Amino acid sequence: MTAIDDTALKLDPEEARRVRQERLERIGRWVLPLAIMILAIWLWDRICVWNEIPQYILPRPGVVLQTLHNDAGLLFSSLLVTLRITFLSLLLAVIGGVGLAVLFAQSKWVEMSFFPFAIVLQVTPIVAIFPLINIYVNNQTVKLLLCAWIVAFFPILSNTTLGLNSVDRNLRDLFKLNGATHWQQLRYLRLPAAMPYFLGGLKIAGGLSLIGAVVAEFVAGAQGQSSGLASRIIEAGYRLNAPRLFAALILISLTGILIFLVLSLVSHLVLRRWHESALRQER
Amino acid sequence: MIQEKVASTAASGVAPMLLSLRNVGKVFSNGVTALSKVDLSIREGDFLSLLGPSGCGKSTALRLIAGLSTPTSGQLDWGGAIDRSNTGFVFQEPTLLPWASVFDNVWLPLRLKGVSRAKAEPAVMEMLSRVHLTGFENAVPRELSGGMKMRVSIARAMVTKPRILLMDEPFAALDEITRFKLNNDLLELWQDERFTVVFVTHSVFESVFLSSRVVVMAARPGRVFGELVVDAPYPRDETFRTSPDYAALCRQASDVLVNAINSTVGPHHDGH
Repeated sequence: MTAIDDTALKLDPEEARRVRQERLERIGRWVLPLAIMILAIWLWDRICVWNEIPQYILPRPGVVLQTLHNDAGLLFSSLLVTLRITFLSLLLAVIGGVGLAVLFAQSKWVEMSFFPFAIVLQVTPIVAIFPLINIYVNNQTVKLLLCAWIVAFFPILSNTTLGLNSVDRNLRDLFKLNGATHWQQLRYLRLPAAMPYFLGGLKIAGGLSLIGAVVAEFVAGAQGQSSGLASRIIEAGYRLNAPRLFAALILISLTGILIFLVLSLVSHLVLRRWHESALRQER
Repeated sequence: MIQEKVASTAASGVAPMLLSLRNVGKVFSNGVTALSKVDLSIREGDFLSLLGPSGCGKSTALRLIAGLSTPTSGQLDWGGAIDRSNTGFVFQEPTLLPWASVFDNVWLPLRLKGVSRAKAEPAVMEMLSRVHLTGFENAVPRELSGGMKMRVSIARAMVTKPRILLMDEPFAALDEITRFKLNNDLLELWQDERFTVVFVTHSVFESVFLSSRVVVMAARPGRVFGELVVDAPYPRDETFRTSPDYAALCRQASDVLVNAINSTVGPHHDGH
């Protein structure tokens, strides 16, 4: 337990030291990264000033912030485009990944036959596949979605497959003893047991779908039809508009962090009552 | 092979036969003979312990009875019409669904048979009160102690009112105080309902305290070595646990067990 009312009890030096240590760690967890971040930004600003670096090479943080504000309309409408692709592809990755995993779970033979295809799809760099997709698919949105999906679905598939196959042997026997049907076993045993694995895969896939969406747009953006954040970056790069480039970059980073935090929260809420990973350490 | 019959089974010969294993053998694909020529009859209302060292096939025998595994040779004859899907099984670990509440865990066997939550509720709540867990129905397993988890496991096994309860070293991982308490509660439950119990254990003391019959098994190959009828009356409680009768019976069972262990041909292993 962390909350100790040390006015009420008399602590020996060792315990008191530990309480102090824990309190420091709790504060440090937030303050330290924040302090380092502020220090880094300040240093960035100072370097620009000390070396008189021109804005088109390295803009000062204040300028980037100003650009974020001035170009808000343009940047945020682009962010929306990127977000749409990201979330749609994540949704498809969940449907596809879980769907395939459930299919694989039906029989070892299916898994043995088709899992290698999933691996091939995963290990081939998406940038290398894209020209092919470009030939076969006309619709811009579909193109981007397909790309982001290929990048994002694998961790979900792989993790969920692992989860569906790691059910406690005794529990499996218990279901068999009670005459459970195949479907009941999936519904009441294997899917819930796979939940922590699936959520782990989802956390990875969330980040990957954003990366997939941005990379896909980068490759597709060369054709100049898209309007997501990636094309803003390319455009800004051509025009040597470094402040906007940085602003777009920061937006993408923040989006990634937000996705991760939201998925972590979801994971915590789902698992908090029963899974070891979501429980606070107790002494 | 020495067949040591300490006492005949005639004493419990009044109740109808529930199950007989006749000349049952089990050989695994890796060549290990888990069971060889096992003859065993279980009568209705028996509290039968399978006692033996590790590797004597007692768990294998239990799995055969449960229908989780099929014998290589010989056969199992069930007396009368018994619903094989209505067998209670308690594993060595509590084996609960960690994400489900105590209520949902106990409901599970009924749920799998298509009984709705509302319809199952009286049976589940009654079973929970029988194992002294009233008020814990919304807790999840991880919030419970080891002994409480095992109670949930027993409630789950009993909620379908099975005629036979199979227990595979259910209390082996518990501390002694908790184990004694669970032993007492199990006996109480058994006396009220008079179902049949097959109880696998490696503890002489536990088997004698609980059972009406102790079947001692030997290893390599796994076989029935001898049997002991525990002629002490029920209810058995803490006074029985400290009585000279109990000590004498434990000594008898222990002697048979020692002979069973010594009878094993080939290299001896201490534990595993």
